[in-house]
Amino acid sequence: MSELTLVQAVNRGLQQAMRADPDVVLLGEDIGVNGGVFRATEGLQKEFGADRVIDTPLSETGIVGTAIGMALYGLKPVPEIQFQDFIYPAFDQIVSELAKFRYRSGGQYPCHVVLRAPYGGGIKGGLYHSQSAEAYFAHTSGLKVVIPSTPADAKGLLLSAIHDEDPVLFFEPKRIYRAVTGEVPDGDVRVPIGTASIVRDGTDVSLFAYGAMIPPTLKAAESLESEGISAEVIDLRTLSPLDEKAVLTSVEKTGRAVIVHEAPRFCGYGAELAAILAEKAFFSLKAPIQRVTGWDTPFPYALEHLYLPNAERIVHAARSTARAG
Amino acid sequence: MTAAAALEGTVPLPYGPPELLAALGERWSEQLVSAYRWMTLARALDGRMLGLQRQGRIGFYGPATGQEAVGVGAGLASRPEDWIVPGLREQLIALVRGHPLGRYVDHLFANDRDPARGRQMPCHPSAREVHYVSMSSVIGTQITHGVGIGFALQRSKDPGVAFTFFGDGATSSNDFHAGLNFAGVYRLPVVFCCTNNQWAISLPVERQTRVERLSDKAPAYGIPGRRVDGTDLIAVMDALLAAGASARAGEGPTLLEFVVYRMTPHSSSDDPSRYQAPDWMLRAQAHDPYRRLEQLIDALGLLSSGARAEVAAGADEQVKQAIQEAEQVGPPSAESLTTDVWATGPRPAGPAGEA
Repeated sequence: MSELTLVQAVNRGLQQAMRADPDVVLLGEDIGVNGGVFRATEGLQKEFGADRVIDTPLSETGIVGTAIGMALYGLKPVPEIQFQDFIYPAFDQIVSELAKFRYRSGGQYPCHVVLRAPYGGGIKGGLYHSQSAEAYFAHTSGLKVVIPSTPADAKGLLLSAIHDEDPVLFFEPKRIYRAVTGEVPDGDVRVPIGTASIVRDGTDVSLFAYGAMIPPTLKAAESLESEGISAEVIDLRTLSPLDEKAVLTSVEKTGRAVIVHEAPRFCGYGAELAAILAEKAFFSLKAPIQRVTGWDTPFPYALEHLYLPNAERIVHAARSTARAG
Repeated sequence: MTAAAALEGTVPLPYGPPELLAALGERWSEQLVSAYRWMTLARALDGRMLGLQRQGRIGFYGPATGQEAVGVGAGLASRPEDWIVPGLREQLIALVRGHPLGRYVDHLFANDRDPARGRQMPCHPSAREVHYVSMSSVIGTQITHGVGIGFALQRSKDPGVAFTFFGDGATSSNDFHAGLNFAGVYRLPVVFCCTNNQWAISLPVERQTRVERLSDKAPAYGIPGRRVDGTDLIAVMDALLAAGASARAGEGPTLLEFVVYRMTPHSSSDDPSRYQAPDWMLRAQAHDPYRRLEQLIDALGLLSSGARAEVAAGADEQVKQAIQEAEQVGPPSAESLTTDVWATGPRPAGPAGEA
């Protein structure tokens, strides 16, 4: 066990995978000599060489397209997009190519790429260093979308992603890269993709969240407890494929659901969760589902504290659902 | 006798400089006959398939007529360890490299025997056994895939080369720029093959770019660029062999521009009378790679006219038979709709699972 921050855990996960398998290669902007702008790849070029930790020219479509070609041959590339906000030049490669290679080739061309990108707000990054774009990708069949919220999950899920045969988008909550530390198992200890985690048991209301929204959601749950409301907190961890069983089981127990994410509300990931609950847990629900999300605006700079969901907003939503019906 | 000696006295030469024939090596006459057979098959395939599309028996077809010297040339000039990253009109390369005609025709019919399980429009085959990569219909995206394969080849000390194909329209795409730039920076074993058929559907190449030659774009990436007569099979093979050798020697990528003439509509869904001058097709026909090769074969006395007629009849029979067999195979199973989305994880819901 080691006590690590989330970004250190990512680094250890990469190191572990690269030591175990020479086919694992990293590529991205400023990831080599500089160790990444968030230091996620610190020291890796020194250990593994410039042909395994590759500093690329500044082109996201070049990075992802090249990673795809490497994977078609049989390598296991782990490209980094420096900020998720800059992923859009590679959107075509991700959606048209990466997601569809296996299907369109009848299984002849699996495309095993693990694309890492820090996402989310709360770092005073403004419109272009703060976005949460997960819903675009969760909407695309053929991709797996993973978002850890703890150091142990970050390493364990990353190792699973690198050993998965499918393309995985691994979005890292940069707001909590260093805000939390936790015990992380040494070695190749994996956390399975596609399983949610119950981070707090409760009986009155289910709070669903992921990534950087876990800390305020846990804080809200504590606050609710002091009001006599027992909140269950589910960390989804994998958005696609969703652990639907965990979601339904929790709501069948509590009868109430609050969904938290920092991405905009309209057509956000919460809309899908709410639809699944309406379709499959309708008769368990005792009150309308609540969503606590970013607003349907571009991500603001000066007013980001008004944009991002916080414990107070989550408490308010949970309280209103607990009192309804 | 060398090929050049064989050609002496056949003036005017029906074909490019005779010294280029040296590129074909000792087996030059065998290679030329083989190329002629493949081009004959390609013509038979295009003719029949455009007809079948009009009858509604296949959904779409993108003919290669006029561009066969590039396809056949690349098929013959590439080695088994090489990779082919194709665009729309490169299927011939897969066939020359050993992908069975029957499987390709199954793909055109999108039947249950299609190796890609009927998931793509016709002319988008996958043939991993001959390193022929699956393509999407998006223009240019495959260029960076060739670069990634080049990276992997270099890293694995694999002697293969990534031959990466695209048309003139793709030179305006993001991935053309990203791909050539990356390959230049890392000196990758990639040969960029731009088949300039002078049309991106309706847009003539002179409206695609201000540069005179597409190969002129190469110096901006610090790599050599070369314009080649893409209707001259020998010039095509010479250029591919030279660029391939340079890539194998660690000297990095090359951009080859093969100038050809699109002798057909863009696809079965296109009407060129809306945008092409009426004399385009006549001009294009003067650059027919198949007729040119036939003249050479004739001048060299490699196949008599009777033997050529037999080749044509044989090719047509081969295509006919593949069509007959493909039409007897049913469509892919409904079950296959939801396979191959993921290797692991839950299978997506399909019609069977709907309430």
